[in-house]
Amino acid sequence: MLWIAIRMLTGDSQKFYGLLFGIAFSTLLITQQLTIFVNLIERGASGVYNAPEADIWVMDPVSRTTEVTYAMPSTALDEVRSVPGVEWAVPHLRAAASVRTASGDLEGVTIIGVDDSTLIGMPERMAVGDKSVLSRPDTVIVDDVGVLNLFEQDQDPLGQRLELNDQRAVIRGVADAIPSFTSQVTLYTKYSQALNYVPGTRNRLTFVLAGVATGTDAETIATRIEQQTGLKAETRERFSGAGVDFIIENTGIPTNFGITVVLGFVVGVAIVGLTFSLFIRDNIKQFGALKAIGVTNGKIVRMVAAQAALVGFIGYALGVVGTAAFIYGFSGNPFFKGFYIPWQIPLISLGAVIVILAITGWLALNSVLRTEPAAVFR
Amino acid sequence: MSHASQTEEAPRNVAATRKGETAISARGITRDFEAGQSTIRVLHGIDADIRSGELTYVVGESGSGKTTLISIMCGILWPTDGMVQVFGTDIYALSDRELVEFRLKNIGFIFQQYNLIPSIDVAANAAVPLIARGIGVSEARDRAKVLLDKLNIGDQADKLPSQLSGGQQQRVAIARALVHEPRLVVCDEPTAALDARSGRRVTDLLREVAVAEDRACIIVTHDNRIFDLADRILVLEDGRVTHDGAEMPEDH
Repeated sequence: MLWIAIRMLTGDSQKFYGLLFGIAFSTLLITQQLTIFVNLIERGASGVYNAPEADIWVMDPVSRTTEVTYAMPSTALDEVRSVPGVEWAVPHLRAAASVRTASGDLEGVTIIGVDDSTLIGMPERMAVGDKSVLSRPDTVIVDDVGVLNLFEQDQDPLGQRLELNDQRAVIRGVADAIPSFTSQVTLYTKYSQALNYVPGTRNRLTFVLAGVATGTDAETIATRIEQQTGLKAETRERFSGAGVDFIIENTGIPTNFGITVVLGFVVGVAIVGLTFSLFIRDNIKQFGALKAIGVTNGKIVRMVAAQAALVGFIGYALGVVGTAAFIYGFSGNPFFKGFYIPWQIPLISLGAVIVILAITGWLALNSVLRTEPAAVFR
Repeated sequence: MSHASQTEEAPRNVAATRKGETAISARGITRDFEAGQSTIRVLHGIDADIRSGELTYVVGESGSGKTTLISIMCGILWPTDGMVQVFGTDIYALSDRELVEFRLKNIGFIFQQYNLIPSIDVAANAAVPLIARGIGVSEARDRAKVLLDKLNIGDQADKLPSQLSGGQQQRVAIARALVHEPRLVVCDEPTAALDARSGRRVTDLLREVAVAEDRACIIVTHDNRIFDLADRILVLEDGRVTHDGAEMPEDH
């Protein structure tokens, strides 16, 4: 009977494709929006991800994320270095600055000053050039968002001069970095050089990045740093989580994406429910005839379940493949750089599809089960 | 007899009958329908027997209760009161599941609007009762094709119902009703949509393929053009049998 059920469904191509569209659209909307949401809020931790060597981030107690900071006295570096278990500690500066572009536009940028000797604090990979160029005077390395925002499409950024906070800066490399949540242009330079670019204030050390000795627990050392220095010390995991939490707590993004996901679900229920109901209504005589002939309600339930499973499977696959195609299609755009589909998201949308089909299938099935076999004689 | 009160096991195998023996025995059949606050009695304690080897018509005006009676006789509508035995089985003493199985094994249906499944081909439509009994689609289709050949539409087996004329669809419905070799064939207004000549041809065909010594065939109709083809006619008026004989009474 399942063969008949499938043929009944696929034979009505209009409704079959309508159901596929409903499921695929819902899956696409839910999967794509959740994927963008997760990747977007993870941008709150991009500053941490871009400095992969640091086991511990030390900061002023009021600092919350890599973007929400309060500078410390430069003596903090030595205090951290003196804590037992700290293998190394380097200064790290993050500050806002303004760039006058060649076209005369003003662009807000983030300046990151990395350790002069070790270059710890730089992204792991370079898109163009080498990190060692930072040893040259007035050098900055731009991220690929900067390449897009500061220059024309066919313009080579290498060798370009910028007016950075009224000082000269020369681009000599492009970093392969994860963009920040706001996709602001980031310029990397040596810590000592960054101090020149950033307007003078008494305290300018934003973070101290620390590494722990092999075999030592980062949590333990972070706690020890806090106790010994009075500063705030976060492990890499906790600090990246804090960046994500900050986005969730301080923006309307979860609400907006949540609304879209709910809408995707509701639209799915509406389209699939309506189409499924129409399909069942159009075939109610046939179902009634089957019941009269001697097909049990159990078999009818299995028939409708098979129909739901078929459209669910194909529609879901189309939706997930559509999301993957979207991510792949935009992977060349720096704003979508590094986007991926966490494995939990397809599972969530699969759950949503199952719920949609369970609700709509049950509603449609109800009318079949309530149909008396004798109705076929009326 | 209410359905809910039927719990005892009933015999599953139908008794063999010979021509002229009782295939269906209905006693004291009453059926009420709720209509808002009131109850309408459609059948008033009907006693009737249907015999094997006969083409029996159930005839009456619209609203006379003939469809209700036939629905009760073939086990798809529970009577408010009364008892129905089909080939010796008290069908309303069966459980829901047993009654469905009983219908699947023993009863073939021909519906007025055919109710063929539009998206499967003719052979598969005719094979539905076999497929419902768990026989593989391929084998079921092969068996259905044999019957379709007998009904002279074997060459249409791979077509969809929508590609067939009304008369051909009727034959597919007949094939579907007979493919599992049921003991009872029930036809609801099989000639209603046909002209007089086609109607007689279908009735002749039914007599040829559906009436056998150990098989009963009931036709519900109000088509007076085919009354002369019946072996026996039950006339219903206002939920009561007013005539039971080989011919229609003269006043009809």
